[in-house]
Amino acid sequence: MSATVVPTANSTINPVRAHRRKRGDARTAFFFLLPNGVGFAVFTLAPLIASLVLSFFAWPLIGRTSFIGLQNYVTLFTKDTSFRSAIVNTLYFVAVYVPLNIIVAMTVAVWLQGYSRSRRILRVVFFVPVLTPLVADAVVWSLLFTNRNGLIDSIIHTIFRVQGPEWLSAPQWAMPSIIIVAVWQGFGYNMLLFTAGLHAIPETFYDASKIDGASRWRTFWNITIPLVSPSLFFGILLTVITSFQVFDLAYILTDGGPGTSSTTIVYWLFEKGFNDYAMGYASAIAWVLFLIVIVVTGIQMRLQRHWVFYES
Amino acid sequence: MSAPTISGSKRSRPKRTLSNVGLAVAVCLLLLPVAWAIGTALKPEAEAFDNNLSSFAHATEFSNFVTAWNYGPFGRFLLNGLLVGAAGTALTVTTSLLAGYGFARLHFRGRDKLFFLYIATLVVPQQVLVVPMFFMMRDLGWINSYQALIVPWAFSAFGVFLMRQFFRSIPLELEDAAKVDGASHFWIFWRVMLPLVVPAVGVLGLFTFIAYWNSFLWPLIVINSRDLATVPLGLQFFLSQQGYQWNLLMAGGTISLVPGLLLAIVLQRYLSRGLSLSGLGGR
Repeated sequence: MSATVVPTANSTINPVRAHRRKRGDARTAFFFLLPNGVGFAVFTLAPLIASLVLSFFAWPLIGRTSFIGLQNYVTLFTKDTSFRSAIVNTLYFVAVYVPLNIIVAMTVAVWLQGYSRSRRILRVVFFVPVLTPLVADAVVWSLLFTNRNGLIDSIIHTIFRVQGPEWLSAPQWAMPSIIIVAVWQGFGYNMLLFTAGLHAIPETFYDASKIDGASRWRTFWNITIPLVSPSLFFGILLTVITSFQVFDLAYILTDGGPGTSSTTIVYWLFEKGFNDYAMGYASAIAWVLFLIVIVVTGIQMRLQRHWVFYES
Repeated sequence: MSAPTISGSKRSRPKRTLSNVGLAVAVCLLLLPVAWAIGTALKPEAEAFDNNLSSFAHATEFSNFVTAWNYGPFGRFLLNGLLVGAAGTALTVTTSLLAGYGFARLHFRGRDKLFFLYIATLVVPQQVLVVPMFFMMRDLGWINSYQALIVPWAFSAFGVFLMRQFFRSIPLELEDAAKVDGASHFWIFWRVMLPLVVPAVGVLGLFTFIAYWNSFLWPLIVINSRDLATVPLGLQFFLSQQGYQWNLLMAGGTISLVPGLLLAIVLQRYLSRGLSLSGLGGR
């Protein structure tokens, strides 16, 4: 009977049945998603919405709360001069730290590629600072930054016969000091990321470029950079997002000072929220930070199609 | 695994030497802060700022380390950090694996919308959540508790995202073969998929652990007891109580750096290959 053949064929091709099978996953999916989903709803979505709501309130830790609309935001941008410095300082940090981090990371990654035997151990060495807490790095570096007697100023004095800057206690040197430590601690992550990207480039590209007689510099810009651009983009994206959140170093190394010269957005959020207990106000600061991160990330996503090269 | 070498092996000898010297200088610069800290930690207090290298010759005050260790107490901080890091990592990896598989391989209505909601939160800075989370901890009675350090950050979208990308990179044929044999999704997940995503678990585990280990802002907010402090917070307590006795401070700083160093040695083979976040655009 030919009819027996039909159902067999149907069971593999029939889109309706295939669809029904797909919908049949719903119950299974529920169990797979449940553990993370509950935590995600309680510890990410709920606080995210709550912090937006809080930002429209005058909300002291103890005492009366009252709805004040956009007043927190108005105060932030019209009266709070410390907040203005915090934004400027944070942008300064991002603008200097991110390029430095990326350049150092890429330079070291490419440099080590040229060493076939020692590169493996050297990569680990350059990565070690990433594994150390910034608080500990700040403590260690604060010794080196000490005025006059510190190692850095001593070296400057010995070589140039001039007095080095008062790193942590001079307003114009507080942020650069923080940036130096941040780069020292953080570039290893991107270095390893770029290393993996470099590994994935087929050698034939380099052979072709050699035959064409391209200089090493040109090869780097025309072959290496386009081919690692997905890693590069990913590294820049994440580094920008995290660098807007700079806090630990500003807190330990300079305590936001001198004055407000190293007060960052998150530093100010912490001060307002957990020293002054102005929880609504702190939430407004948090949302300004969040909006800045969204805009900057959005711009980067837009720009990627102009320079990131995906083979597929 | 011959990696592409831009420099190539036919580089001229003087250039090669220059490169070697440059690299040696770079490594020294990288390690100098730590070396200097260790040296200072071994000095008597009065000589902390004697920068003559000869002053390091009699830097033999190992007792500074003992003093700092006991005063900390750093043993406690390290154990706390280890406990919090391990528990947080286990929780994150487990829930991310399950959800990642769900998003990668199961079909249900609204899946893509739900997943979009997840990845949209990837750009949310932790600090945005911190204030309401503090209220939540207070209402749960979790202020000064291990749970407060572990639980709130164990459900990140990042882990789910990473795991989903890895599960998607596994050929469907493997799964179909098991399905033909009548295997359930739980069986496939456990017996077929898990062994294949071990590298991804390694990457996620490492980064989750480092994040817990190095975290400072959140412990600063919810912990004020030395008994529960992790390493960064413990060191901050030490700093604020010990003032600026530089030799002891450096001893404390050095102790806090050591676990990272040990972790690097343990993971050496794995790290030296680079971080391949396949499917993340990071390759």
